[in-house]
Amino acid sequence: MQTRPDVRGDVLMDVRELSVHYGLRGGSLARLLGRESGTVRAIDGVDLQLRKGEVLGLVGESGSGKTTLGRALLGLAPATSGSILFQDRDIATLSGRERRGIRRHIQMAFQDPNAALNPSMTIEEAVGDALRVHGVTSAAERRARVIETLERVGLAPVELFLSKYPRDLSGGQKQRVVLARSIILKPDVLVADEPISMLDMSVRAKILQLMLDLKQDLGLTYVYITHDLASAKYFCDRIAIMYLGRVVEIGPTEEIFAQPRHPYTQALLRAIPDPDPSRMVARDLPRGEIPDAAAPPTGCSFHPRCPVAQAECGWEARDLRTMLESHWTRATPEEYVRQAEVIGDLSHLDSPGVQTVTLGAGGAEPVQALLDSIRSAEDDPLWRGVAEMAPEGSGVRVRFHDGVDPALRRAGGVDVACVLYPETPAP
Amino acid sequence: MSDLTTEPVISARDVRVWYGTTRGAIQAVDGVSFDLRPGETLGLVGESGCGKSTLGRGLMGLLPDGAKRDGEVRYRGRDIFAMSPKEAYGLRGSDLGMIFQEPLTRLNPLMRISEHFEETITQHEPKLSKDEVRTRALEALRLMGIPPTRYRSYPHEFSGGMRQRLMIALALVLRPAFVVADEPTTALDVLVEAQIVQILNDLRRNFDTALLLITHNVGIVAEACDRVAVMYAGRIVEQGTVADVFSNPQHPYTRELLASTISLSTTGLRFIPGSPPDLIDPPAGCRFHPRCPDAMRICASTSPIPTTREAGGTVECWLRGPRDLTPAERAPLAHEELSDADEA
Amino acid sequence: MRRILSALAKPFSETSGLARWMLVIGIVLTAVFVFLAIFAPWVAPYGFAQASAHGTDFPKLGHPDGTHWFGTDRLFFDVYSRAIWGARTAIEVVLLSILVCIVVGVPLGLISGYYGGWLDRILVLVMDALFAFPSFLLAIVFSFLLTNIVGGSVIAVSLSLSAIYIPQYYRVVRNTTVSAKEATYVEAARAMGASDGVIMRRYLFGNVVQSVPVIGTLNAADAILTLAGLGFLGLGIQSTQAAEWGHDLNRALADAGSGVWWTGLYPGLAIVLLVTALTLVGEGLNETLNPTLRRRRLLPVLLPARAETEEVR
Repeated sequence: MQTRPDVRGDVLMDVRELSVHYGLRGGSLARLLGRESGTVRAIDGVDLQLRKGEVLGLVGESGSGKTTLGRALLGLAPATSGSILFQDRDIATLSGRERRGIRRHIQMAFQDPNAALNPSMTIEEAVGDALRVHGVTSAAERRARVIETLERVGLAPVELFLSKYPRDLSGGQKQRVVLARSIILKPDVLVADEPISMLDMSVRAKILQLMLDLKQDLGLTYVYITHDLASAKYFCDRIAIMYLGRVVEIGPTEEIFAQPRHPYTQALLRAIPDPDPSRMVARDLPRGEIPDAAAPPTGCSFHPRCPVAQAECGWEARDLRTMLESHWTRATPEEYVRQAEVIGDLSHLDSPGVQTVTLGAGGAEPVQALLDSIRSAEDDPLWRGVAEMAPEGSGVRVRFHDGVDPALRRAGGVDVACVLYPETPAP
Repeated sequence: MSDLTTEPVISARDVRVWYGTTRGAIQAVDGVSFDLRPGETLGLVGESGCGKSTLGRGLMGLLPDGAKRDGEVRYRGRDIFAMSPKEAYGLRGSDLGMIFQEPLTRLNPLMRISEHFEETITQHEPKLSKDEVRTRALEALRLMGIPPTRYRSYPHEFSGGMRQRLMIALALVLRPAFVVADEPTTALDVLVEAQIVQILNDLRRNFDTALLLITHNVGIVAEACDRVAVMYAGRIVEQGTVADVFSNPQHPYTRELLASTISLSTTGLRFIPGSPPDLIDPPAGCRFHPRCPDAMRICASTSPIPTTREAGGTVECWLRGPRDLTPAERAPLAHEELSDADEA
Repeated sequence: MRRILSALAKPFSETSGLARWMLVIGIVLTAVFVFLAIFAPWVAPYGFAQASAHGTDFPKLGHPDGTHWFGTDRLFFDVYSRAIWGARTAIEVVLLSILVCIVVGVPLGLISGYYGGWLDRILVLVMDALFAFPSFLLAIVFSFLLTNIVGGSVIAVSLSLSAIYIPQYYRVVRNTTVSAKEATYVEAARAMGASDGVIMRRYLFGNVVQSVPVIGTLNAADAILTLAGLGFLGLGIQSTQAAEWGHDLNRALADAGSGVWWTGLYPGLAIVLLVTALTLVGEGLNETLNPTLRRRRLLPVLLPARAETEEVR
């Protein structure tokens, strides 16, 4: 079991309202003129504190921003706004050279062992280069430290490995080399980006155990980035669940797993495939998939998929389209044809952030009747968000409630960003 | 799920696939036998290098030139391996379907979804009218949860999970009797993976498709498969129903593999020492013996013989029979200190 | 040391059949020419501009015979000696030009591919423009210009050749760099704190130059032809400065009418042989060094008969 620091350690890194936005270059004309069209908010206002000696897990799926956040901590991803404080310096505002100096203290271990090592460097060169870059000029000293580090990560007999190339090693061995390279400078913080997800099952535990041992021996503080909640549960002291660039829930591991609060966290836990055959329960999963990060949903980003979404979660026209389409996947082809005629074209529902929209082409009454029948047949959270429906022209005007974008608030032992948990007024 | 008296759709007997390289022949698949009945899902699980993907490709006839295959695979009574390439090719799509790992690379980016379906259907059933083709396609999409409004979209306009559903829909639109899915969910996010697993589960109920699901994820096998075959170093070391094999593993590798899988209930880390063997020169006797905590003398000299399990299925391990061992054979094997260099 | 030897042996060990034979023939032939080039003063019986020996003048357009194996030309020079000296000129010029190409083209490609931006855009434009011109025309223009500056000599011609070939090296290195810099190990180097220079030198360089030897040899073949072409047109090297096959061919044109075949055959043969040899080497290297072209060498395999096993079902 991992050691949990009983004493609240000092805050090593303090991330405040960090945002990392990337500009999209879309369309050939826009590209020709060098104009940007649309931004991807990879990280959208994240507050985080990393305490000395702890293992903080960043858990999320693709597009959650966890990888970008990991890179931002090293200064590899440019921060659009906000700050990352480390040793009284703001990494977000450092110059290139200063940032390189910081990387003595904050290091990264990468996901794909096959790609993370330079194919034309021997193991000795690859691991020793970290020393070289930071000023250790004596080849003899480098060699000694490389040998010591390789032994520490369990690659023995060391002499055998020094002159090998990455292609001669197995996946697990390569990952050990990657770890060796990241600890040889004795950093304070190690950001591990999915270090075991590309390894075989029987090898993952080995590497995880190695990481725990290293933490003990070297007093490392880890940021463990993963999409695998199971390994996060074992390895981490605190876990931050991320969705589309935000932290939606953060708290101590036991608390998160014992009582997951955010609907997304609950869904993640339900979805983990478990080899225990007695645990084969039907799972009601959130529908849909992770939305496009360049045009995220309004209000709470999870609301289109949330089974318990409320009225104020930020409903918009796009959700109406999703609801209709999902209804039609369950309807018969004849029903679809009939209803599609009544509803008409849906493309005007695709713009983001539209709160009031007119729907339908077959006359106000038929459209309203159709919507009512859908509403009574299927219990979709969208209907809670509908403020009013009124006839307009040949269709129906639908207006949604105003949406809120929930900030993190305290709920029990965790912080969660969900309207289901009321914000406690500040004392 | 069909009972054991139904004729199997696919019967593989002693399938071998070997590659030649400069260093010697890689025995990627070395004597694999299994049966698959209609409506049944068989999970083929193993780690990298065990030969499961090679087996899948070998069954489909997708091996690179120079690979040799041997053995017998009977589909509805006919041996696929003995057919001419043209005959075997004719089976693809209508009788044998394939689902691959990365859907985007398998779909033509310049063709609309409608065109994909039309092409697939009309190739095998040219007499259908355009409307009939459209109806069939929309039906297949509906079963996959893809709305009909997206029928005229291009592949890149779909997200990863939707694309995988598209692939599955395309593979199933001709109602093949046998489908091979090679790591269909590996590249997908957890929630989407669960959705796809649900779809595969529904498949079992609605169609009579026999599905061979190749994966390294033990959890997916538990959720989506009826039976499981565990592969190690080119051989199936244990087969049986999922419930039975996972709760009562008979082969040490299966046991260790399950124990080393990190799940929500993991309280301690366990792993298998050593690394998978070199398939050019595999260990003598049982291929798992250098890493087996229960290895006996006989394991190092003689290959184990497949034995029937109590609850059905087979296992290949001297601990389980088929015959009694002499005390000399049963003596525990002295493991030389596994040099750390062999550690993965 | 071992690494270099094994790298050198790779072309032999990793090819087989026709590819290997082609490579071997190419290497042997090239080696012969290189040998001739290096040891010309000792191998050639006479100098390249020598019109007499031991007091006797050489005949004009003399038939090949005992003293002049390849005969003599209209300027009283020994064709055999000029053929050998021509090898030296060819190898010199081509080597120099390729060296300049590599020294200029590769770093430019690396920097341009790594940094991108306006520098990259401008360079690509310039290089593509150079590349788009018919190379021979460009060589003529350059050699005119450079002859005025440097004088018609080996250097001038080498530089003209460089100018037309640099874009190839630049392009290949730049394109490989653009894709290689996205690799995880490059990001890992950055995460380690490596500066741009270190990344380019230690992480990218070794991984982007695999195509350069191939381009180099194929270039050399083309360069020999271009050099001969320039010489044929009377540009570049003159008879008295050095022996040059193309130049000799030019002079042999008039001789052909009068039934004199030896002045044209031997220089021509030399060109053909050397160009073919270099091309064979280049293509052979391509097979071994270029991973995309290399099909997985799956050797045929014989499955042994199945051992008798009891099948218990």
